Amino acid sequence: MRIKIKLFASLRVGRFDSADRDLKEGSDVRAALREAGVPEKEAHVIFLNGKHAGPGAALRDGDTLSVFPLIGGG
Amino acid sequence: MDNILRIDMGAEGGPKASVSPLGEYAGLGGRAMTSAIISKEVPALAHPLGAENKVVISPGLLSGTIAAMSGRISIGCKSPLTGGIKESNSGGQAAQVLARLGYAAVVLEGKPRTGDLYKIIINKSGVKIEADNSLKLLPNYDLIEKLKPVYGDKAAYLSIGPAGERKMAIATIACTDMEARPTRHAGRGGPGAVMGSKGVKVIVLDDAGLAIRPPKDAEKFRDANKRFVEGLMKHPVSGQGLPAYGSNVLTNILNEAGGYPTYNFKEGRFAGASRISGEVMAGLESKRGGNPTHGCHRGCVIRCSGTYNDKDGHFLSKQPEYETVWAHGGNCGIDDPDAVAMLDFLDDNYGVDTIDMGVAIGVAMDAGVAKFGDAKAAIDLVKEVGQGTPMGRILGGGAAATGRAFGVERVPVVKGQAMPAYDPRAVKGMGVTYATSTMGADHTAGYAVTSNILKVGGFVDPLKAEGQVELSRGLQIATAAVDSTGMCLFTAFAIIDQPETYQALLDLLNAFYGLNLTADGVVALGKQVLSMERDFNKRAGFTSKDDRLPRYFSTEPVPPHNVTFDIKDEELDKVFNW
Repeated sequence: MRIKIKLFASLRVGRFDSADRDLKEGSDVRAALREAGVPEKEAHVIFLNGKHAGPGAALRDGDTLSVFPLIGGG
Repeated sequence: MDNILRIDMGAEGGPKASVSPLGEYAGLGGRAMTSAIISKEVPALAHPLGAENKVVISPGLLSGTIAAMSGRISIGCKSPLTGGIKESNSGGQAAQVLARLGYAAVVLEGKPRTGDLYKIIINKSGVKIEADNSLKLLPNYDLIEKLKPVYGDKAAYLSIGPAGERKMAIATIACTDMEARPTRHAGRGGPGAVMGSKGVKVIVLDDAGLAIRPPKDAEKFRDANKRFVEGLMKHPVSGQGLPAYGSNVLTNILNEAGGYPTYNFKEGRFAGASRISGEVMAGLESKRGGNPTHGCHRGCVIRCSGTYNDKDGHFLSKQPEYETVWAHGGNCGIDDPDAVAMLDFLDDNYGVDTIDMGVAIGVAMDAGVAKFGDAKAAIDLVKEVGQGTPMGRILGGGAAATGRAFGVERVPVVKGQAMPAYDPRAVKGMGVTYATSTMGADHTAGYAVTSNILKVGGFVDPLKAEGQVELSRGLQIATAAVDSTGMCLFTAFAIIDQPETYQALLDLLNAFYGLNLTADGVVALGKQVLSMERDFNKRAGFTSKDDRLPRYFSTEPVPPHNVTFDIKDEELDKVFNW
């Protein structure tokens, strides 16, 4: 299955902004993070199709994963 | 900071200054001071532009010391925009300088008997109040250029632009930064109009010859400051994200979350968001010889601000904040960063609230005055505000006034103040703060985005009703306390996540004043400030009916998540449950 992985802020450094990746059926968010080379502890906020999700969440074909480090503003 | 300076602009024989000891206001700073004075001394039914209203300018408890991050200033009044109590908070140099001048508050009172425009100069020798009509209608940047050769670039300037002089309800009081640029603003709720109604164009603050404020226990203070700074640098938000990208780091995360208000709060995601994101704009700044890591006041170690140059490398504006980039950007369908930076400059120069200005333009676009996405039209409209044309006066009245003038149904305001950059339906904790804050729709007053979106200090699902009232309540209390210390609110991320950094802040206050403040004391202070404000608003005629969002937020779902604001009225009425 194909999913889109979007990285933001400092997570882009040495990686990418947005990439399509093919993963095994039944993969979870954790597998996608490994694929993108993002250590799980740095993936502070994860959105799966725009909603908060954890590393164990299941992925489906066509999903979009948005991964952020710990950031803030106001 | 042992004295209060009162300036009676309507005194017989001309404006008069008098200095008095703190009396019943001893121990207060920042928002605690401004709200105490306003709630006690301004009749709640006073007209905001009349002689009975006051402008209270108060540095924080730790301003003027070596404590990091201590340079915020609070400016209070009865708001011409909301009709309720207002505390407008700003960065820049004014708080540090005013505290070293020894004033816990400067209070502008009365109303001048003539049409003259005044400048007030406060330095080591005293206070001078002089009429200077050559300053009339000068935009803030031009004003500072005129005054700098006379008073120097080490002075701090508090000024109003033409918007304040014209008493527009969204007029700001500008505060110069370390480069003496009028880039920071006491922005929300029209304090500039009140200063304008009192005939004051500018207050020049000069602390030459005056010392840093000494703490009671210098060694404990230095140690606490060291731990405080360590904590700020250690936390990824204050130590990495904000210095690198500024507050505009929020564009992408709010957009991905589906809570980024687009086309006047019609949708929650903007296709052009990445083009105006913090990542992209920081990159542009560096490429063009600007600086994405810049502090707005001496003592800031976070340096969330920046300078934005145009494509030819010339200074255009400060690094626009997230609220500016959203209000003038995605809210209006605009995705051109240079246009957004120009709009930021115009807001600073004319002295208008960047949030209400952008939302007013969005409402005007909804009315068909201009097309969504038309950056040139947006720039022209803000220029009309600066010129005071009839259209400019409508827009300069803010989003609510604009909605009324053009018969617009969907006007995103609470207590007459425009909502900031988070859709209340998709970030429900912010919806609670918008509805219930004494300030009107305000994000900093109780920044639920921390737990709703950023997972700082815990997690409360932004799309569900559960937990939002408790979240907003806790943050409103804590923020009222932090606003009284003069500390920049961006210390909050480290303070919330790291108990040792919170303790370092308490230790700073205790070492400076010889106190024994605890966490309970902080909560008590925050509640006390909010209670004073709630009491004023009640006397001004506000009821629970005013603690509500506009009805359409409950009935119209916002895409992409198609959610409505579903927190019950009875729940909202529990926020201030003490």
